[in-house]
Amino acid sequence: MTGRVLEIEDFSLIFETGGAPVRALRNVTLSVPQREIVGIVGESGSGKSTLALAVIGLLAANARILSGQVIFDGRDLLTLDEDAMRSIRGKRIAMVFQDPMTSLNPVRTVGQQMLDIQHHDRESGTEVKRRKAAEALARVGIPDAAQQLDNYIFQFSGGMRQRIAIAMGMMQKPEVLVADEVTTALDVTLESQILYLLRELRDEIGCSILFISHNLGAVAEICDRVVVLYAGELVEQGLIADIFANPRHPYTRALIACDPARIPEATRELPVIAGDVPNLAAIPKGCIFATRCSWARDICAVEAPPMVETEPGHFARCHFAKAGPQQ
Amino acid sequence: MLFYAIQRIGLSILILITSMVMLFTALKLIPGDPATIMLGSRANAEMKARITEQLGLNDPVIVQLGTFFGRLLQGNLGTDLWSQRPVSQIVMENLPYTLTLIAAGLGWAMLIGIPLGCYSAVRRNSFVDRLTGIISVATISIPSFVVAIYAVLLFSIQLGWLPVLGAGDKGDWKDQAIHLLMPAFALGLGWVGYLSRIVRASMLEVMGENHIRTARAFGLTEFQIIKSYALRIAILPTITLLAVAVGGLLSSAVFVEAIFARPGIGKLIVDAASMRNFPVVQGGVLTTVFLFALTMPLADLLVACLDPRVRATL
Repeated sequence: MTGRVLEIEDFSLIFETGGAPVRALRNVTLSVPQREIVGIVGESGSGKSTLALAVIGLLAANARILSGQVIFDGRDLLTLDEDAMRSIRGKRIAMVFQDPMTSLNPVRTVGQQMLDIQHHDRESGTEVKRRKAAEALARVGIPDAAQQLDNYIFQFSGGMRQRIAIAMGMMQKPEVLVADEVTTALDVTLESQILYLLRELRDEIGCSILFISHNLGAVAEICDRVVVLYAGELVEQGLIADIFANPRHPYTRALIACDPARIPEATRELPVIAGDVPNLAAIPKGCIFATRCSWARDICAVEAPPMVETEPGHFARCHFAKAGPQQ
Repeated sequence: MLFYAIQRIGLSILILITSMVMLFTALKLIPGDPATIMLGSRANAEMKARITEQLGLNDPVIVQLGTFFGRLLQGNLGTDLWSQRPVSQIVMENLPYTLTLIAAGLGWAMLIGIPLGCYSAVRRNSFVDRLTGIISVATISIPSFVVAIYAVLLFSIQLGWLPVLGAGDKGDWKDQAIHLLMPAFALGLGWVGYLSRIVRASMLEVMGENHIRTARAFGLTEFQIIKSYALRIAILPTITLLAVAVGGLLSSAVFVEAIFARPGIGKLIVDAASMRNFPVVQGGVLTTVFLFALTMPLADLLVACLDPRVRATL
């Protein structure tokens, strides 16, 4: 079982703003193998959440897809109509969002919402669906699951809320789970519990997970592969061990260097990546990272670097990906 | 919850007491002596003195206020100066007409306004949305008595479709319904636009919230999302507004009832005021204040019932 369950090919998207269009994602190509957890990392505004919403077909009204395909089960999701897409959402591709306090409905009980999302199942009665919901809650570690179905989301603690959101996502055994910043709002202990739970459920259900995060520690802990996005471009991707042991793109190197968990000793100055993300409404010529890059040479400002395979399955978009910085 | 209910009702009682004192003061300030009005201008001084004594007008103001409150607490609104019948009885005869009128006016406004608001929010900037936007502003700014007058001109005088005056024959509900059409139309028209705009605004806000995106991500239909996920939340500010609407409609009803010569609390107050029939004015106004004071806590309790977040903070 090494097939690819989800493939995004040459995906480009802009947001129409009235002025110059914001080129939020440019030529992104990635694939999600079966039963693997693929991390998408990048800072705010890098396009990770937009990519997730594109997969499930819930882009903002002003988003326009310029090119690309999102292949799932042999079909391009971008060409499906609303009804076909709805039959996939929640059932075959499910999504868990950040902060369930706002991403779950405040005036419907957890049970009502868990019943609602089983609308794909037209045969089972309410009793069966309710039992399924209770089982799903019990599976993610909610005590007294059957009783808790009648509670509202705000009546739970932060960790429990995220468990409920994950239970909802996993309940119908999807083939792909998109987890968008699911641990961001949690403290460290809860975070590792949730990560552990996600991995367990992946093993149990056999689904793939698209794990979107800006937290490198979480990605390192849970993912099999990682994709690094910078300003709407995929700059590096590969197996988790390769990326962390041997990052080939200067942005990935800088990201890893900036991860507070990896700074070896107490220091008064935290490393930062100097400069700002370029304005996506006016993309500079050449390499997108050139203005902030310590490796940058003349060529970087003129010529956009190609994707280079530095070792099998490890790609980086940098002129010096293989050779390293030039003297 | 119980404490909340008691709190809301307590507030209403306070409103009632304040308005009773204000009403009492206002009637004291109106020029004209009730005794003279009752007896006519040719009454002699001795008769006037007797009536004044009978009405308790010679007592100190504070004692008068005390008796006024005391009688009200017993449900006694005083006696009609003309017919000598108890005011409470007269009010109760007229009240159903006004309540029917308000219910019909607000009812049709809700029936049209709320779905229209939802539609405008979901199909934002569509033709229907823009059209209702323009029409709403127009209907909100036209007072209901103007609508009433033009409705009479058009439907009764020009087209001859609908009767002009009265509330229809007693016991004949069909006749009464026909007589209700135009007053209810005039009373509710402004609220159609108002409600649709308010519902649209709060729907737009709710539809942009994260949990709506989640519902979509689970493949729920847009209809189900609107019905069970968005409207449940978007309707909450509208409920509070509807309670205020009842207050506004009680005063609009005065004009509408007067124009259509329709029995009701509004017409009762207008007629009584012009004849300086103070006990009836007092009784009528107090009843409307009481209705309004009752609506507000009811709306608050309804919101608490519909919104678990409000319930949780009680």
